[in-house]
This record gives sequence, C-alpha cells and structure tokens, in this order.
Amino acid sequence: MIRMILKRLAGAIPNVIGVVIVTFLLTRALPGDPAAYFAGPAATKEAIEQVRASLGLNKSLPHQFVYYLKDLARGDFGNSLSTGQPVLTEIRQRLPASLELTLCGLLFAVVVAVPLGVLAATRPGSWVDHLCRLLATAGVSLPTFFTGLLLAYVFYFLLGIAPSPLGRIDVSFTSPPTVTGLYLVDSLLARDMELFRAAAKQLVLPALTLGLFVMAPLMRMTRASMLGVLSSEFIRTARASGLPRGKVLYAYAFRNALLPVVTTLGMVFSFLLGSNVLVEKVFAWPGIGSYVIEALVSSDYAPVQGFVLTMALLYVALNLVIDVLYGLIDPRVGIEG
Amino acid sequence: MNATLKHVKYVATENPVTLGAFILFSGFALLALIGPWIAPYDPLASDTLVALKPPTVAHWFGTDSLGRDILSRIIVAARLDFGIAVSAVAASFAVGSALGSLAGFFGGWADRIIGRVADTIMAFPLFVLAMGIVAALGNTVSNIVIATAIINLPFYIRVARAEVNVRRGAGYVEAARLAGNSDLRVLALHVFPNVLPPMMVQISLNMGWAILNAAGLSFIGLGVRAPQAEWGIMVAEGATYIISGEWWVALFPGAVLMLAVFTFNLLGDGLRDIMDPRMRT
Repeated sequence: MIRMILKRLAGAIPNVIGVVIVTFLLTRALPGDPAAYFAGPAATKEAIEQVRASLGLNKSLPHQFVYYLKDLARGDFGNSLSTGQPVLTEIRQRLPASLELTLCGLLFAVVVAVPLGVLAATRPGSWVDHLCRLLATAGVSLPTFFTGLLLAYVFYFLLGIAPSPLGRIDVSFTSPPTVTGLYLVDSLLARDMELFRAAAKQLVLPALTLGLFVMAPLMRMTRASMLGVLSSEFIRTARASGLPRGKVLYAYAFRNALLPVVTTLGMVFSFLLGSNVLVEKVFAWPGIGSYVIEALVSSDYAPVQGFVLTMALLYVALNLVIDVLYGLIDPRVGIEG
Repeated sequence: MNATLKHVKYVATENPVTLGAFILFSGFALLALIGPWIAPYDPLASDTLVALKPPTVAHWFGTDSLGRDILSRIIVAARLDFGIAVSAVAASFAVGSALGSLAGFFGGWADRIIGRVADTIMAFPLFVLAMGIVAALGNTVSNIVIATAIINLPFYIRVARAEVNVRRGAGYVEAARLAGNSDLRVLALHVFPNVLPPMMVQISLNMGWAILNAAGLSFIGLGVRAPQAEWGIMVAEGATYIISGEWWVALFPGAVLMLAVFTFNLLGDGLRDIMDPRMRT
C-alpha cells in the first residue's frame, strides 16, 4: 500500500520538474528587457543594472535557473508590482476562496452527472439517453463566463432570489474568523448559522456555473463505462443467477464502472482550475483567479508566474491524489504495482 | 467510396442532429467569409444617440454602450474568432501529427522525449498555461493563436502516436518497406494517410474548444483589444450591464459563441459516428 503511494509520488516528480522548467522559461520569454520591466517605468539606467544583477539576469541561463530554484525553495515568488506584497502571501490568502468554489462546483457536477449517466446507460436509446447526450454536448459548449452572467441575470436581476454577484459574502456581514479559510467551514466552526447561509447563498451561482461546465465529461464517461460494464459477462451471470436488479446495478455494475470515472476526474480538474479564473471574474470572487486577472491587466508579471506555478503544482498534486484513489478503489492496480 | 457515401447518408438521415450541425457549420463558415459585406452597419461606428438600446427593427440585436450595432459586430467577429481557431488548430495539427507520428513510428528516445513534452504540457491546467503563455509572449492576437496551438498539441501527439504505433507492423507497411521505400517515405505516404480519419475527428472536437479558449482569453482582457469586435470581448463588455438589466449586450454574442462551439461539438460527434460507429457514446 505505502509502496504503491511512494511509487506514484516518484512518478509525479518528472511532472513537477517539467512544470518548474516551463514556468522558468516563461519568465525568460518576457517581451523586452525583464530587468527594465521589474525595475519599473521610472527607473534610471543604474537602477536597471542593479535589478539585473539582483535578479541574476547578467548570468547564463542555467545559472539563472539555479537562482530561480533557490528562490522557489525559500518560498520567494517575487513581489507584486502593484500591491508591493510578496506574491506567495497573497496567493496563500486568496487560495481558500478558489478552493471552496472549485470543490463545491465539482461536488455539484458529480452529484448530478453520475446518476444521470447511470440512468442514461440503463436505458440506452430512450429519451433520457438522448436528453443526456444533448445536455452533455450543450454543457461543454457553454462558455463558463457566459453561463455565469446568464445565471446572475436570471436569478439576481429577474427573480431576485440570489444575492448580488459580488464577492464571497454580503457586505453587511463580516467574514468568519479564519481557521481553514473556507467560509462555509469557518462559519460552521464559529456556530454562526446566519453567516453560513449568507456564504452559501453567494456560493451557489458560481459553483453552479463551474459545475455545469464539467458535468458533461463526467456524465459521458459514466454512461460509457456503465454501458461497457452492463454488457459484460459477470453482469449477465449475476442477472442469470436471479439477483435483484438493484443489487446487480449498484453493487456489481456501478462499482466497476466507477474506475474510468475516477480517471476522468484528472481532466475535469484541468477544466475546473482553468474556468475558475473566468467564473471568479464574473462573480467578483476574491480568489487567486481574480488576483491574476488584475495582475494581467496591469502587466504585473510576478503574480502571473506565481499563479501559473501554483495552479500547475496544485494540479499535479490533485492528479497524484486521483492516482492513489484509483489504486485504493481498484485492488488490481495495487497488486500489479 | 460508394459505401462511404451511403454510410454518410445513413448517418445524416439516422441522426438529423448531425445534418443540422453540418448546415449550421456551413452558415458560420459563410459568415466568416463574407461577414464584412453583409453586416448592416459599420461594426466600429458609434452613435451615441442610440446607445444601449434594446433590440429594435433597425438594430435587431440592440446596441451597446457606444451605440454600435451588436448584430454587425457579431457578424464581423465571426472571421476573427474562426480565424484564431482555425489557425491554432491547423498549427497544432501540423506540429502534433508530425511529432506524434515520429514518436509512434520510430519509438526509442524520440518517443520518450516527445512523450515527455506532451506530458509536461498536460501537467498544467490547460487554460492556465494558455494565460501564462500569452502573458509571457505579449498580449497580441497571434500569441493567442500560439498559446491555443500549444495547449492542444498533446492531444494530436497522442492520437497520432497511438494510431501510427498500431499500424507500424501492418502488412502493407512491411510490403512498402520491402519495395524499397525509406522509413520516412513509408511513414509519410503509407502510414500517415491512414491516420488521418481519427485525426479529423480530433480536429472537429478541438475547433469548438479552441474557439471557447480564445474567447475566454479575450474575456479576461488578453489578446484582442477593445474596439475590435470579438465574441468573448463583447460578452465582457456586456458583463457590466447584464446585472442592471441590459441583457442584450452580452446575451447575443454569448449565444452565438455558444452556438458555434455547439456546432463543432455536434459535428465532431457526427464525424466520429461516420468514421467509427462503435465509438459512439
């Protein structure tokens, strides 16, 4: 078991190295002179030279890479030009907001998509099946930013049941004392139900927007893998032995069909983390996505780089978790490994 | 050939959705080609007298905050959006299929290096990587194309590699080799044409995604600059008005964008049905 996990960990190392190299190369590809850039527009020639030396830009590329690695090891992602704050601090402050949104979106998608996929697979060719197919194709065609706006318009402006799509919590509330940084959890820990409800209300629309986008691949994969399993011989045997329909479906078929679905989660996370940025912009959600957009607009490069690196490392970590999870669900993987 | 046509006809009649997608696609392609000539107004001409007016007979899709005709802007934007998507997909197809074929055909260290490149790209959340690339290379439309091409690359590499790999030892490949063809010639003239059908499906599925990606980038302010008409940036411009009730500014470009992506996805599904009926999900 532990050996399996260690092996997966080792497998993720090349990915981490690749990610770090690519992010490093992205900074070196900055248009113009990075030293002049980091020194700011009003800098003198001497100041630029000083920055060049302090950034190590007068050294060779491999040399610079070592400097870069040293900085990363110390947790130094550079400072944001517009706020003057270290990038790592700001990312750490804002990450929980993004995580809360992403996880809720994923939860919604799984809760809706998996049962729908099973339903479609048990009735292939029926109207449920066709509807699911249409929904799945429509789902991946939806630009997340557009769905978000549409939902805000309908539920906030027309129906007035959602709060204004601005931020994590209504201005009349103060945020809960920070424990995990996730407002839903923190407000529960503080035993403040009203606050919990307020935070949940703000969260519903953005999470729904994210969830709608990633529902499609999950639903498709559930349906396809369920169909495959249902036509296999062990299901036929179980049916022929006279086992009740529900038991065949859930105890035998569903558990086996789940494996490819777990694998799809990797791709789903790629979608989620990417569209998170767009959703955060639409709902003025104070996560790292809106942080990076502000930085992009003011061409503040250090936060962008820190953001790309954080997201990529997070994604590698998530894939690792999925891998381990896969090994836990499917005992065959453990034996082979 | 006749059998293929029959199969195409069968798929089109059996699944009217695919037929509809083909028709829609032709419509969009036409729009991209002749858009500027059929737009009723100048997409950049502002007229403050009619600023932010809901749809009327004169302006079918209403006007934006500067009084520009939204319908005209949507029509004209088709060329830019399609242009970005087509060039990005063409670039990643060209590079990706070449790399993937080499990896699949020769194996060995070429395979390992190319596979590692694909894995490294896939180790990023793809939209995030695209943002990083555009930010690093500079905020222009051509860099949007490059970024979109790069993040699509792994898919082409993987499809080409897998398809070439299974055909590498096929009888006709051996025959071509024995007839004195060089490795590269066998790969380019005998194996590669057989890999094209699955690649076409990948292209069609990718096109929708490429459009979505480009629109997403310009929605957050990368690539396409303000006065220019592009679907993503039009939605972004309308975003501020939608919560105060001026829905048409964002709704129409967003809906057209969605329809375009939807068309490509349906088309991809339809193509897959034609190429390989068993793959249908």
